[in-house]
Amino acid sequence: MSREITIIALKYNPSDETSKPRFAEYKLPETAGMTLYIALTKIKTTIDHDLSSDFVCRAGICGACGMIINGKPRLACKTLTSEFKDGKITLLPLPTFPLIKDLSVDTGSWMKNMNIRVNSWIVSTQKTDISKFEKKIEPKVAEDIFELDRCMECGLCVASCSTAIMKENFVGAVGLNRVVRFSIDPHDERNDADFYELIGDDDGIFGCMSLLACEDHCPKNLPLQTKIAYMRRKMVMV
Amino acid sequence: MKIKYTDSLIIGGGLAGLRTAIATSAKGLSTIVISLVPVKRSHSSAAQGGMQSSLGNCIMGEGDNEDVHFADTVKGSDWGCDQEVVRMFVQTAPKAIRELASWGVPWNRIKKGDREVVINTKKTTITEKEEAHGLINARDFGGTKKWRTCYTADATGHTMLYAVTNEAMRLGVQIEDKKEAISLITKDGQCFGAIVRDLKKGGLTAYVAKGTLIATGGYGRIYKQSTNATICKGTGHAIVLNAGGYMGNMEAIQFHPTPIVPSGILLTEGCRGDGGVLRDKDGYRFMPDYEPEKKDLASRDVVSRRMLEHIKKGKGVMSPYGEHLWLDISILGRKHIEKNLRDVQDISKTFNGIDPADKDKKGWMPVLPMQHYSMGGIRVTPKGESVNIKGLFSCGESACWDMHGFNRLGGNSVSETVVAGMIVGDYFGDFCKKNNINIDTKMVEDELNKQDDYLNNLLKLDGDENIYDIKNEMRIIMQNFVGIFRNGKDLKIAVEKLKTLLQKSKNIKIKNKCRLLNPELEEAYKVPMMLKVALCVAKGARERTESRGAHHREDFLKRDDKNWLNRTISYWKNEDDLEPTLKYEKLDIMKMEMPPAFRGYGKKGNSIENPISQKRQNEVDKITKEHKGDRYELQEKLMPYELQEIYKEKNQRLGDENE
Repeated sequence: MSREITIIALKYNPSDETSKPRFAEYKLPETAGMTLYIALTKIKTTIDHDLSSDFVCRAGICGACGMIINGKPRLACKTLTSEFKDGKITLLPLPTFPLIKDLSVDTGSWMKNMNIRVNSWIVSTQKTDISKFEKKIEPKVAEDIFELDRCMECGLCVASCSTAIMKENFVGAVGLNRVVRFSIDPHDERNDADFYELIGDDDGIFGCMSLLACEDHCPKNLPLQTKIAYMRRKMVMV
Repeated sequence: MKIKYTDSLIIGGGLAGLRTAIATSAKGLSTIVISLVPVKRSHSSAAQGGMQSSLGNCIMGEGDNEDVHFADTVKGSDWGCDQEVVRMFVQTAPKAIRELASWGVPWNRIKKGDREVVINTKKTTITEKEEAHGLINARDFGGTKKWRTCYTADATGHTMLYAVTNEAMRLGVQIEDKKEAISLITKDGQCFGAIVRDLKKGGLTAYVAKGTLIATGGYGRIYKQSTNATICKGTGHAIVLNAGGYMGNMEAIQFHPTPIVPSGILLTEGCRGDGGVLRDKDGYRFMPDYEPEKKDLASRDVVSRRMLEHIKKGKGVMSPYGEHLWLDISILGRKHIEKNLRDVQDISKTFNGIDPADKDKKGWMPVLPMQHYSMGGIRVTPKGESVNIKGLFSCGESACWDMHGFNRLGGNSVSETVVAGMIVGDYFGDFCKKNNINIDTKMVEDELNKQDDYLNNLLKLDGDENIYDIKNEMRIIMQNFVGIFRNGKDLKIAVEKLKTLLQKSKNIKIKNKCRLLNPELEEAYKVPMMLKVALCVAKGARERTESRGAHHREDFLKRDDKNWLNRTISYWKNEDDLEPTLKYEKLDIMKMEMPPAFRGYGKKGNSIENPISQKRQNEVDKITKEHKGDRYELQEKLMPYELQEIYKEKNQRLGDENE
């Protein structure tokens, strides 16, 4: 027999002056293999048409649905309700990012600023002739870049980072990982001194306090701890 | 009135839209991209297996070139495509992938020497050439003669989308996310921009532009079960329908063989490309019985139908969610899975508690064909411009220019997004440069007020219908009556039911009266849009009395080249109509480089031939026989096509000197 679960979600619409933050409680029967995406969709279509959240791929690929789930930043679409033994799940929007409404936050603006801040693109003076052979890359190097390129800007590392909560302009593990990713890409001509210009300060590599909640909560299991340490060592040498 | 001006307006921030933005920015045009979600979350990111491009670098891709890619794509389309567009595409795809490499896509690269692969369930050693070391690698995919699908593990769309977004940001493209176009501004058959709703604050703004391009992807969410993201609702198509624009082949819907049951999340074709196989309730590998040549790697329409055929024979696996079959990749070994199919493993573990790397039956994943791709879309010319609205363009999955006909090959969609972004983006940019518009502010204001009134009126409706019920019913109708196996009786029911729902959607009641951020209000304006798209699909399918590619009619089993070698055009004649008007665009066999024939998979002798096919084949044979010169010159003789000079350049390959 299926049990009944209780979902408690923060409700608040900052664009409505009459709206006050409050918790709404929903009770619904749990179905086999139920994820928070399925549960929230059920709530939205049958109990509370007004509940807002951010689901896109619902497969753990796009990184849209980060929330604080019983105190931990996680992707809601990848979270199964069966994990919670007492059947009680409390949902809060991700901190650090501006709240749009209820569980929906604006990660887009934050990530855009970060991308521009760390110049998150290939910098090269080479002109590519696209009808000729591509530049040869060692297979292992391509794999190493791919490993770091798997970051999906979900923002869970930012939401779990004490520095990011205190310092508005801190680029977070997502930004530092990005710099490492470009620093090992043979297409990119930047050197350590160039990267130092971008992240050689307290809003960059020296802002990290090594608490490493970022790595604990990264849904892609990126090696953030070793990569940040690697970058810090390099930046100290510049 | 809130009004914003830009030279080029791009609606949709996936791969096609962003690559277009790069093309227009490169021409010095001010460009705005609007997107429902932060662009890196677009559905392009969910493309897993890879991108087709005939580089011919790897040993199993040796001998590949544009001609082979062309033939595979035309056969895949079941001759429904525009062959000139396919030529434009195959010629540009190698350039697209090389451009993406320079923007940082970490394509999997070839390692020289021996490596072990699984072919036909047997471990086999292949040897990569010394000179190929470090070049871009490829894997096998369905319906292709060569290993042509380039990849980054099973997160290819993700790395492509990140590279293209990053490049667009470097160029200073203005990207505005959480914005939705709810109508086009048109007058006398020309488009002047769009009315855009801010999804963070709820207000409306008129975006006025010299040219508007729609790259909003597919419309899979009109089905109950779809691999598509929640945002793939076809609203980009609907705003074109509402402006009187034409759709092409909307009934051409692809059902992917291997979404996982029950969530419908996709497991890439790369699973089978890398050597995985389908099995039935007895653990038996059944595909070779049906498709001796291509086996598990026939085209998607064929594999999906064979799977359901096999289930109908009583070979499906029973489950609480109905019957399904198994996808077995355990034979590839843990090492391969954890490197090249890691997202598949993650999905299967998270949503089904199955580790596909576990040996034998323990690792098999439950799969069932589900809606996956929209071959049809906004009908545009090979240059990407709407055939009946000036200044309106479209490319990528949202468009029907028409590269895929009635079935798309795996790996050709992400490839198309970028290639179309390059080609159409360039033509679109030229259009925006050349065409100045006179902005009639009254016209802009009228459209803005019309939409404003429309939303206010939705809130005032006091009917007894619930918009969520209407949506749910639509998705079930599409699932049950406009699915993989179709017939006249079901399709007739579907059209009538959908018409009733469209009528009902005008008699709803919205509980929450907030005009700004109100999810229920969003449903209230989106569902009628989805219904219009669904009606184009259902009516197009009802009228097409043949089976071609993914459109399969149980009452008309044969491909009918005599009567149905055409493209369905659907459009909304009058605003208050409850169904689209249809007409047809003929395909000219005498202009085809490859006249209709047997695809090489699927049932043999299953077509009603058109006598002109043979006539054209004889002509093609004669030209080929008499031809002296290289394959490029021959191609030019058979079917000349227009393409930008930089894209028409010959693509360099290993072994070029042998040609």
